[in-house]
Amino acid sequence: MSWDFIFGHLNYWLFTVLMMTGLYIVVARGNLIKKIVGLNIFQTSVFMFYISLGKVTGGTAPIYPVNGEIDPDVIYSNPLPHVLILTAIVVGIATTSLGLALIVRIREEYDTIEEIEILDAEIKLTRAENREHGQSMGGPA
Amino acid sequence: MSVETTSQVAMTLGDHLPVLQILVPFMAAPLIVLIGARRLAWPIAFAASAVAFLIAIKLLLQVIDGGAISYHLGGWAPPVGIEYRVDAANAFVLLLVSAIGTIVLPYALTSVKSEIPARQHCLFYAMYLLSLSGLLGVVVTGDAFNVFVFLEISSLSTYVLVSMGAKRDKRALTAAYNYLIMGTIGATFFVIGIGFLYAGTGTLNMADIAHYISANGADRTIQTAFAFVVVGIGLKVAVYPLHLWLPNAYTYAPSAVSAFLAATATKVAIYVLMRFMFTVFQPDFLFQTEALKFLLIPLAVLAMFAASLIAVFQNDLKRMLAYSSVAQIGYILLGIGLLSQTGLTAAIIHLFNHGITKAALFMGAGALVYRTGSSFYGPIQGMGQRMPFTSFAIVIAGISLIGIPGTAGFISKWVLVQGALEKGWWPIAMLVVLSSLLAVIYVWRVIETLYFKAPKSDVQVRDVSLTMLVPLWVLALATIWFGIDTELTLSAATRAAQGLFFGFGIGN
Repeated sequence: MSWDFIFGHLNYWLFTVLMMTGLYIVVARGNLIKKIVGLNIFQTSVFMFYISLGKVTGGTAPIYPVNGEIDPDVIYSNPLPHVLILTAIVVGIATTSLGLALIVRIREEYDTIEEIEILDAEIKLTRAENREHGQSMGGPA
Repeated sequence: MSVETTSQVAMTLGDHLPVLQILVPFMAAPLIVLIGARRLAWPIAFAASAVAFLIAIKLLLQVIDGGAISYHLGGWAPPVGIEYRVDAANAFVLLLVSAIGTIVLPYALTSVKSEIPARQHCLFYAMYLLSLSGLLGVVVTGDAFNVFVFLEISSLSTYVLVSMGAKRDKRALTAAYNYLIMGTIGATFFVIGIGFLYAGTGTLNMADIAHYISANGADRTIQTAFAFVVVGIGLKVAVYPLHLWLPNAYTYAPSAVSAFLAATATKVAIYVLMRFMFTVFQPDFLFQTEALKFLLIPLAVLAMFAASLIAVFQNDLKRMLAYSSVAQIGYILLGIGLLSQTGLTAAIIHLFNHGITKAALFMGAGALVYRTGSSFYGPIQGMGQRMPFTSFAIVIAGISLIGIPGTAGFISKWVLVQGALEKGWWPIAMLVVLSSLLAVIYVWRVIETLYFKAPKSDVQVRDVSLTMLVPLWVLALATIWFGIDTELTLSAATRAAQGLFFGFGIGN
């Protein structure tokens, strides 16, 4: 585990840190919007991972020159991961917007966006259901 | 032998079938929203779905006759271009998904009117078609990242579909939200796996990755990729510890959505799992990762027993069916975990048979909800007398769920036990039989509730209309048909297993 190894793989370390941060936020935070933020951080770490894969040492931006003549000596970075990440970013945006729309609706129905209070409300509903329908099945054992 | 399409040869409509398979429902979805007329929403959806079904039949016939079809999207040649590859496994799952997508729509026509507010109907059918096209796309593509794209298309529209049950029960919203969080984590794990695969092999085309792995073996990067892919897809499959989204999503979703999802969403994810495990990371690599034997099979057995036990104690019919789905997915995973061709055949047959069985059961449950307003065992007591056709269809599908000889469920459990005995693992075979006994308990609870209890006196209902009964009975009779005439499913599944096992380019 030399310094060379650590700094050579810096992008992977950062990717791991961000990924775990994002996952931790999703799990540990009870506010629904914060969960979406955590999900975003998690997805951003993946973008970073892909894009850092595409970097070629000494490579420049993978864009053709204006006159279309390609100089064979110029090294370009790999454009494919960039393209994949554009797709993934769009997917991330769609997911975030859908999540936020769901949170708006949840706020309308439950009057709260804290997971604990929503769980409380749902447990009350479930208990009421079990009381009502449990009796018809013969009650507790 | 594969049919190559090049950009020089003039192509007929028949050559474009693989891409039309997804394009027809995909383009019809925004069409419904743009036209905006509620009366036209269902006809357009049904037409697009029926066309997709016909295309799937045509593709299956082409594959059976001629071998795998390779279609180059946009004329760009793989491995740089995206390739759609249809072989026996693909075509079989395409048939299942498009068939269920079409059969559920007449049922949805009636049930959606009562479960979803009128101003959302156009959006509902658009989301339905998007989900269908996403699922079809996952199955038909031969490019690893394309799988992720279509997986997310289908997942996002599924989250919307689940949330549309909010009129009946507001818990549909939190169910959809939890499904969104967990599903996105799963898909992101999957894409991390794809990233590692790309880093390790330099290509995204599944056939190309398979060639690289068979030539160069699997180094640490590719093993990591395998781990991420399996966990990510496992969450979509609802492998036992990762199944938490499923019960709430299936219970609170609209009835048509539950029926559609139960038969297709997890099955498509299982197909992706099989494709990646057996074709991309080949069987040699899998045998080396013996960890699979100690991971997949214990989890599968755990699912079979734990989920079945939980299902026994449910008060709600739809929630019971949801936990039963988790258990049945355990059977399929057991078939995959056997890592043999018979095991894989059993998994594919059970994928198909469970799909049609669960769709029939959820449609029956939805019919009960439509008339009585609730799916709990209390309000649906005695519906065997008031709603005889619905109840009898539920009984038939329930018998298939247990796996009684003469029904489709028996065939898949038979092949599964055969696969286990081939490997000499008779304890596994015993466990399969024992967990089927648990299924007897929870199916019998339903039958007892419907037939052997008196209906609540203040309930005067009659049976549902034909638009709901015909799809229900088509699927219920299909479970009997495919249990007696096993030619189609058994031969298709055997060829599919061969195709998966021997990979791209070798055999069919």
